[in-house]
Amino acid sequence: MIRLTINGQERAVDVPEDMPLLWVVRDELGMTGTKFGCGVGQCGACTVHVDGAPVRACQTPVGTLAAGSRVTTIEGISGKAAEAVQAAWRKLDVVQCGYCQSGQIMSAIALVAGNRNPSDADIDAAMDGNVCRCATYQRIRAAIKDAAQTMRA
Amino acid sequence: MSGSDPAASGLAALLRQAAPSRRGFLKVAAGAGGALVLGAQLPALAAETAAPKAMGPADPRPNLFVVIAPDNTVTVLIKHLDMGQGIATGLATIVAEELDADWSQMRSAFAPADSKLYANHFFGLQGTGGSTAVANSWDELRMAGAAARAMLVAAAAARWGVPVREIGVAKGVVRHAASGRSAGFGELAADAATLPVPQSVALKDAGDYTLIGNPALHRLDNESKTDGSAVFAMDVRRPGQVTAVLARSPRFGGTVKGVDDGGARAVPGVLEVLTLPMGVAVVARNSWAAMKGREALKIVWDDGKAETRGTAEMLADYRKLADRPGAVATDRGDAARALAGAVRVVEAEFTFPYLAHAPMEPLNAVVELKPEGGCTIWAGSQFQGVEQMVVAGVLGCRPDQVTINTVWAGGSFGRRATPNADYMLEAAAIAKAYGKAPVHLMWTREDDIRGGRYRPLFLHRVRAGLDASGNLVAWQHRLVGQSFLAGTPFESAMVKNGVDETSVEGVSDLPYAVPNLAVDLHSPPSPVTTLWWRSVGHTHTAYAKEVMMDELARAAGKDPVEFRLALLKDHPRLAGVLRLAAEKAGWGKPLPAGKARGVAVHQSFGTYVAHVAEVSMTDKGRMTIDRIVCAVDCGQVVNPDVVRAQMEGGTGWGIGHALRGEITLTGGLVDQANFDGYHPMRMSDMPRVEVHIVPSMERPTGAGEPGVPTAAPAVANAVFAITGRPLHDLPFSKAGAV
Repeated sequence: MIRLTINGQERAVDVPEDMPLLWVVRDELGMTGTKFGCGVGQCGACTVHVDGAPVRACQTPVGTLAAGSRVTTIEGISGKAAEAVQAAWRKLDVVQCGYCQSGQIMSAIALVAGNRNPSDADIDAAMDGNVCRCATYQRIRAAIKDAAQTMRA
Repeated sequence: MSGSDPAASGLAALLRQAAPSRRGFLKVAAGAGGALVLGAQLPALAAETAAPKAMGPADPRPNLFVVIAPDNTVTVLIKHLDMGQGIATGLATIVAEELDADWSQMRSAFAPADSKLYANHFFGLQGTGGSTAVANSWDELRMAGAAARAMLVAAAAARWGVPVREIGVAKGVVRHAASGRSAGFGELAADAATLPVPQSVALKDAGDYTLIGNPALHRLDNESKTDGSAVFAMDVRRPGQVTAVLARSPRFGGTVKGVDDGGARAVPGVLEVLTLPMGVAVVARNSWAAMKGREALKIVWDDGKAETRGTAEMLADYRKLADRPGAVATDRGDAARALAGAVRVVEAEFTFPYLAHAPMEPLNAVVELKPEGGCTIWAGSQFQGVEQMVVAGVLGCRPDQVTINTVWAGGSFGRRATPNADYMLEAAAIAKAYGKAPVHLMWTREDDIRGGRYRPLFLHRVRAGLDASGNLVAWQHRLVGQSFLAGTPFESAMVKNGVDETSVEGVSDLPYAVPNLAVDLHSPPSPVTTLWWRSVGHTHTAYAKEVMMDELARAAGKDPVEFRLALLKDHPRLAGVLRLAAEKAGWGKPLPAGKARGVAVHQSFGTYVAHVAEVSMTDKGRMTIDRIVCAVDCGQVVNPDVVRAQMEGGTGWGIGHALRGEITLTGGLVDQANFDGYHPMRMSDMPRVEVHIVPSMERPTGAGEPGVPTAAPAVANAVFAITGRPLHDLPFSKAGAV
C-alpha cells in the first residue's frame, strides 16, 4: 500500500511503486480531470501540483513522492490564483476541445501565484511545456495576463 | 453548464418514450416530468430557402432536437461531434434565436447515433466533417426553434384566454403585455406538449437576431472544460471496465507471424493477451499494466506486404512519376502550347511531408457488449453512421444494435472520421474476443504518431507562364500523392476518372483568371495509411498555388496583392477578404529592413480566407512571425467569437506544422514516436493573430478548416519578400528558417 495526500485527503492505493502518479489518479482514484496526452513529459496535459509546484504526473512514479507531500489535481484547486485563472479562462472563452486545458490551467495557476505581472517571456517559459493542438495559445496568454491583473487588484 | 451525458440529464428516458411516437412533434407530458420534446417531422418553412437538397430519408420517428424541461432549461440535441470547433454552442444558438430563449437557459447534449434521424444531409449518414455542421443544421434547427416557440405561445394563449397575436416572447419569458401576465418556458412546457404541431413556421429576419451574430455569448462547454469535469471517452468508467492496448505492426501493412506472450502475461494486472488480425491486444486491470504488458510482448512480424521504403525513396519514386502525365483533373485551353509561347515561365517543385493529426486525446473507445447482441460504445465519435455499420460487421449484429454515446472529443482534425472506423473496429474486435467485461481500447501517443492515417506525402510540379505584359497566360500543375479514398465506401462518390477530388481540390478549380489550365494527378498506392487532415487537399494545394503566385508577381514586376486582385474579377468574395486583410495589415506601408509582409488567399469548404503575415528574419536566416492578420467570409455568422477562435486555431495549425511538422520513414519504420520528435506548435511559436470577419447575408458555411490553408503560404511569401528565396519544401525547418 502506498499512502498519499491528494486534494487534502489521505488515500491509500495498492499499486506498484513505478506506476506514474497520472495512472494512480485516473485509474485507481477515479479522478479523470488530469489527462493522458503523451506519457513522456512532452505535452503537459497531466500537470498536477505537488506542494504547489507544477509537476508532470506521467513522469512521477508514485513511489518517488516524498512522505507528506501534498498532491493537488484540477478537481482540488482552490484559492485566489485558481479562481482568477478559471474566471479568466471562462471570460475569454479559451477552450476549444478542452483536453489539454486542465494541464494548461494547472501550469497557469502556478505561474500567476508566483508572478503577479508575468511578461510574454515569462509566459513562454512557464507554458511552453503545455501543448494545445487547437492552438488556443493566444487566448491562454491573454487569460494569464487577465488573471494576473486580478491577482494584483 | 452543458450536460452531454443523456443518461445523466434524464434525456435517455425521454428519448425512449419518444421513439415509438409518430406524427409531428411529440407529446410527452406524463411520466417524463412535463417536458416538451420537439423534433421533426419538421413543419414546412413559410419562407423559401436554399436548403440542402437531400433532407434525409423519410422516417416515421421524429428526430428530436429540442427538449424544454419544467426547470426552464432548454436542451438542444447535437447530432454533430464537438471536437473543439464549438458546434454544440453554435447549434444551441440557432435554436435559441428562433425560440427567443435566454442564453443562460440553454444546454446541449449529444444526440444518440442514428443515421435515419440525425444524418448529415450532405453525407446521407450521421457524421461530422468538411466544415458542414452549421450549414446542414441551419434550416432544421431554426425550424425546430420556431416551432417550439409557436407551441409555447399557443399554450400561453390558451391558458390566459387571449389571442396568440397579442403574446410576445423575449429572453425566455412568454408575455401578454395587455394583462401583464407572463410565464417561463418551463411552466408552459407540459401544456405545449399537448398541442398540435404547427403546419408551417415563419423564421425571423436576420435583422431581428439577438443571439445569432452576438459576440458576447460564451461557449456552453466553457465551465466543464475549465474545471476538469467534461467527460471525454478517456474518462468513461463502466463497472468492471478493463483497459486494452494493441501492438500493431511497426511497418504499415505488416501482419503478426508469431507471438511469445509469456512475459506479458507475467506482468501483474495483465488479464489476457489476444492475437487478432490487426495485432496483439493486451487486456489489463489498468492502463499502466496494459502498457507494461505490451512492452513485454515478443512479436515476429511478417513484412511480406509491408511498406519497406523510406520517405526519401518514396519521393524519388514520386519524381519519376511526375515526369509523365497523370489522370486529368482539369484541362482548359492548351496549357502546353501557351507555356511554349510565354515570355516568362516560372517553374517550381514542392514537397509536402506526411503529417499526423495527433489530437491531444489519443484515440480511444469503450465498448460494452449487450447480452442480447450488439454493444454500447462511448467515444468521441465522428462518423457514427460508418461506425455502426463497421462494428455491426465485427459483432455480427444489426447496425441499430450498436448504440453509440458520443462524448466530447479531445481534438480530431479529421483523425476520428475514418472510412473504415479503424479504432472502433479494433475496440469492438477486442471486446468480442475478450468477452468478459467492458473494454477501453486506448491508443498511446506513440501509437498515434506511428499509426498512420497521415496527411499524404505530396509532390507538386508547377509551371506557369506570363506574357510580355506580365499577364498570367498558362498554368500546368502535376500532383503526386496517395489517395485515401480509393478502396473505401467513399470512392464511388469522390474519385472520378482516376482523380481523387480531395487530392486536387484548390488547384483543379484555380480561381485566378488564366485561359490555359492543366491539372493532372498520380495516386501511387502504398500500405502507409493516409486520411483527410484539417482542410484536406487544401493543406498542400493552397500552399503551392499561393507561393507560385508570389513568384509570378515578382517575375511580372507586380505587387502580390494587385497581381491577385486583377485575376479575381469573377470572384468578389475572394477579392473581398484579400482587400480586407491587406487593409487591416497596412499592406504597402513601409517596414524596417529585415521585415516584410506576405499574403495568401483561398476558398475552401465554401469559406473565403486571406492571411497577411508580418515576418522578421535574423542575420542567421531564422524567422520570427511578428503578426498575422486574417480576414474571413463564411456567410452569416452564428457565433462570431467561435469563428474568431477557429481562425486563430486554424492559423496556428497551419503555421505550426509548416514550421517543424513532418513524419518521415526510414526502411518503412516511422522515425518519430512522440511530441519530442513530431514537434507540435508551442506557446512561444504562436504569433499574434487578428481576425476580421466580413459582414454577410449569404448562407452560413464552415469555419473549422478554412483558417488553415493560407496561413503557411502567407508566412512563406513574407520570407520570400525578404530573402528572394521561395520555400518549396515543407517544413520550413528543412531550409534552416526556424
